[in-house]
Amino acid sequence: MNAKLTRRRFIKGVIASSVAAVSSGSALYVNAASGAVHLGIVERLITLTVNGRKRRVDVLPQEMLADTLRKRLGLTGTKISCNRGECGACTVLIDDLAYYACSTLTHSVSAKNIRTVEGLQAADGTLHPLQQAFIEELSPQCGFCTPGQLMSAVALLQSSPKPTRQEARQALSGNLCRCGAYEQYLNGVMRASGQKRQTGKTGL
Amino acid sequence: MADTDNYQHIGKNFVPPDVVGKVTGRAKYTADMSVDGMLYARMYVSPIPHGRVTHLDLSESLALDGVFGALTADDVSPANSADRTILTNEPMYVGEPIFAIAAVDERTAENAIALARITIEPLPFEVDPLSSLQAGGANAHSGGNIYVGGQEGGLKELKWSEQELQNFINQQAMPDEAINEWHYGSLEQGFADASVVIEEPFVTSGYAHMCMEPRSTLAYWQNGKCIVYGSTQSQSFVLPYLAGMLGIELKDLVYIGENCGGGFGSKIGPYPSMAIPVFLSKKIGRAVMLRVTREEEYYIGTARVGFQGRVKIGFKSDGSVSAVDLFIVQDIGSHSGGGDASSAGGAISILYQPQAMRFRGVPVLTNTTPRGAQRGPGQNQIAAVMGPIMDVAARQLNMDRVEIRRINAPDSDSRIGGKQGPVTSAYMKQALDLGARMFDWDKKRAEKTASTTHKVIGLGIGQGYHSAGAKGFDGLVRLTPDGKIHLHSGVGNLGTYSYASTTRSAAEVLKCSWENCVLEYGSSEASLPWSSYQAGSNTSFTHSRANYAAASNALEKIKQIAAMVLGGTSAEYDVARERVFNISTPSKSMSYAQVAQKAIDLGGEYSGASYPDDIHPVTQIAVQQIAGSGLIGVAKDKLPQEGTVPGLAVCYMQIELDTETGKYEILDHVAIAECGTVVHPQGLYNQMSGGAVWGIGLAGYERHAYDSQNGLPANVGFYQCKPPTYLDTPLEIKVGAVDIADPQSPYGIRGIGEPAMGCASAALMSALSDALDGQLFNQSPVTADMIINLVRGELDAENTSGVAFNPQMKAHSF
Repeated sequence: MNAKLTRRRFIKGVIASSVAAVSSGSALYVNAASGAVHLGIVERLITLTVNGRKRRVDVLPQEMLADTLRKRLGLTGTKISCNRGECGACTVLIDDLAYYACSTLTHSVSAKNIRTVEGLQAADGTLHPLQQAFIEELSPQCGFCTPGQLMSAVALLQSSPKPTRQEARQALSGNLCRCGAYEQYLNGVMRASGQKRQTGKTGL
Repeated sequence: MADTDNYQHIGKNFVPPDVVGKVTGRAKYTADMSVDGMLYARMYVSPIPHGRVTHLDLSESLALDGVFGALTADDVSPANSADRTILTNEPMYVGEPIFAIAAVDERTAENAIALARITIEPLPFEVDPLSSLQAGGANAHSGGNIYVGGQEGGLKELKWSEQELQNFINQQAMPDEAINEWHYGSLEQGFADASVVIEEPFVTSGYAHMCMEPRSTLAYWQNGKCIVYGSTQSQSFVLPYLAGMLGIELKDLVYIGENCGGGFGSKIGPYPSMAIPVFLSKKIGRAVMLRVTREEEYYIGTARVGFQGRVKIGFKSDGSVSAVDLFIVQDIGSHSGGGDASSAGGAISILYQPQAMRFRGVPVLTNTTPRGAQRGPGQNQIAAVMGPIMDVAARQLNMDRVEIRRINAPDSDSRIGGKQGPVTSAYMKQALDLGARMFDWDKKRAEKTASTTHKVIGLGIGQGYHSAGAKGFDGLVRLTPDGKIHLHSGVGNLGTYSYASTTRSAAEVLKCSWENCVLEYGSSEASLPWSSYQAGSNTSFTHSRANYAAASNALEKIKQIAAMVLGGTSAEYDVARERVFNISTPSKSMSYAQVAQKAIDLGGEYSGASYPDDIHPVTQIAVQQIAGSGLIGVAKDKLPQEGTVPGLAVCYMQIELDTETGKYEILDHVAIAECGTVVHPQGLYNQMSGGAVWGIGLAGYERHAYDSQNGLPANVGFYQCKPPTYLDTPLEIKVGAVDIADPQSPYGIRGIGEPAMGCASAALMSALSDALDGQLFNQSPVTADMIINLVRGELDAENTSGVAFNPQMKAHSF
């Protein structure tokens, strides 16, 4: 098991950023005592490093990374499904670790390297080995969870280039797929890591 | 085996064009879209399970900076039935939308909602069907507690006496009165012929669809046309229903549903909330996006129907089923959704071929989330019920559990349903046999011994069924002067890749390379033909036929043009490698590119300037859009077709159950498809293994939980609803296919999506029962706490014929 990728560490990160989100977000636009609504919040200009490029961006104090990526930077490959750290559709890499972007404060990652699904393909158009493997295994079904599955898989292979199927299953277990394409995603991870299927998969 | 060796495309894998976008993040779903000046809408939803809005003042909301407008129930068509409405003044469940506000951003819209002055008068409510049937129980609707479909239907009230209710709960007698009923054969004779009679109660939970992509919508108006981006399973099928909901003409609607992030029955057609941004946009004059949250998706995203029922089955001494008497009270939620119960009866009638059968059902409204079709609606709940019951019968008859299923297995002469209609073909015995071989049933059964530890092995078998095909829809293909073959697919992109795989039939007819084919899909502006709904496992059968019909029409035109240009008659020509040639003098030939140019020159039916009268208006508009751009092949599927098209599936499962924790690992999982010719092996593999995950969810994890005192849903997120994860499902799933062509499909293709799930849910229930010495739970899902309680003897399960019907086993108890 990859020491950097334990579920406990992952979950701790999510909880920490969620707590921070609640504490700053609740004070922002509704005064609980008076019910008054405050508009015209001063936004902060910060620099994010996303997919190797520095991007200047206005970010609200309580803004989550998934919203920043999608709305302000146009990186809509990162999906929002549950928006509360349960499904993994928004998974991105922060300094090579998989994080739920929906539960990560943007301000907390301004000094870090962020990698999204848009950053997997090489500049010359060559697909990342996992992207290529996911195509060859026809891993996605509806495709909505696929970017998150990919980013968790990238994090896994960066630290553990030849995982067992069981290790891959554990590493991706924070990513839900309602279509139930777990089998095909694991096949993709095994293919991308240069490993053959461990058994005769199918009579097809 | 189907003879696919001679096919160029059928039975071969390919790379569907949308998959690259899915792995690069370039695939756009509705919430990814953006339009200049776009506003955002938010909804105010009911906080109580049933009430009446007596006062609504939005003046302060509308005065807030950044707010552009509001939409209330009074702005949209009033409800006149139990159907779901866009917005309502009489909410029937917690989460039903009441009004919506559009503003510069979602935060401002939510702030405006907080400024609204609203009074909702509470009305009586009920979240459990049996409580509603009880004398004195509340009705979910003011007009009744039962919804009956059909012209004579509507809201009605049905109450049972205390004695009738207790008889039902305590397994004494089935009620006399039912709302839906069908039967065939003599039940009396059937039970008289039986050596073994098994009677069991059952409860199956409803639960949410939980699509990963919430049902967001973007809408705007441009040059008199309404442009809508949505998340639907279907593409062309959406158009007339959405146009009707919006009150506009078909020609004035553009619908884009290029990618759908999961539907599973909940997004077959336009969903009511789709109209909210459309009407707001019309009112305000700017584009409006409605992003639906996870919690809202739980409310408005619909759910599976729950069952509370009883089944009595007679078995002859040879194991054949002589009679089935089925009674189901079904929770149809707050509106008119769900014909699951009758479908459950239909599934039993084909899977076990009873000599006589009676189905009776009572559809009860509750103030819970609306119900609708969910992957195998009815068929898959009853599959989970029947799996372990067949095992009980096998044990009592001292038969092998595979053998009792083989004896009753449907074949091509089998009949289905109350009308005992025919099927197109069926090979369930072959599926059972293939699965037994791949699973090594005999060896695993022989090796299974009584455990001396808390880890016990269970072996399960399951069978699934769903009708899997329709007819009468349109196909459209086009050859253009650049040599491309455009395959226009009105099929929605719901993740099965059937929008693409069904067009392979057209490529097969035209004998063209896949590389030269251009798939047109995902937007009505791409000129797409009329399509069936993408649900009910029907697309593969239905649109393989429609594509075959359109390509055959194009092929005939190609040959006619060749005869005109090169001489002779069309019968003297054939096609290969994108050329049409004279059979006796192959050097006399034309390329498809040349043919396409000639078609444009000829006009008329060749170029689409005219078209058949019998194609759907949606297809007519599509042909008008592309007329003059090449050779048009267009046709309605009028190929012969009679009988139900069955999709059948079998699952074998081996589990290791820890009786101390109630947790289990699925050690071996074999899924077999019986769906005619395999058109797309990878697609079939996806459906069978994805269906397996869904079946495991039904049998082991997923359920609704409602607070009966306040009508509040207790689970409105993934974690609480518990769709299976990587760790709940097998490490590997083996998939096989019978692969025998169906005679009523040009290439022998039938559908499979839904039975893929039912067989897995049945196999898991069967395996759990087998691990626990044949004891039945009579309830799904079977959760870890139920297993521990049963092992401890705290459930009344002392005999192997089943537990007593526990009055606490209500649909939403928790």
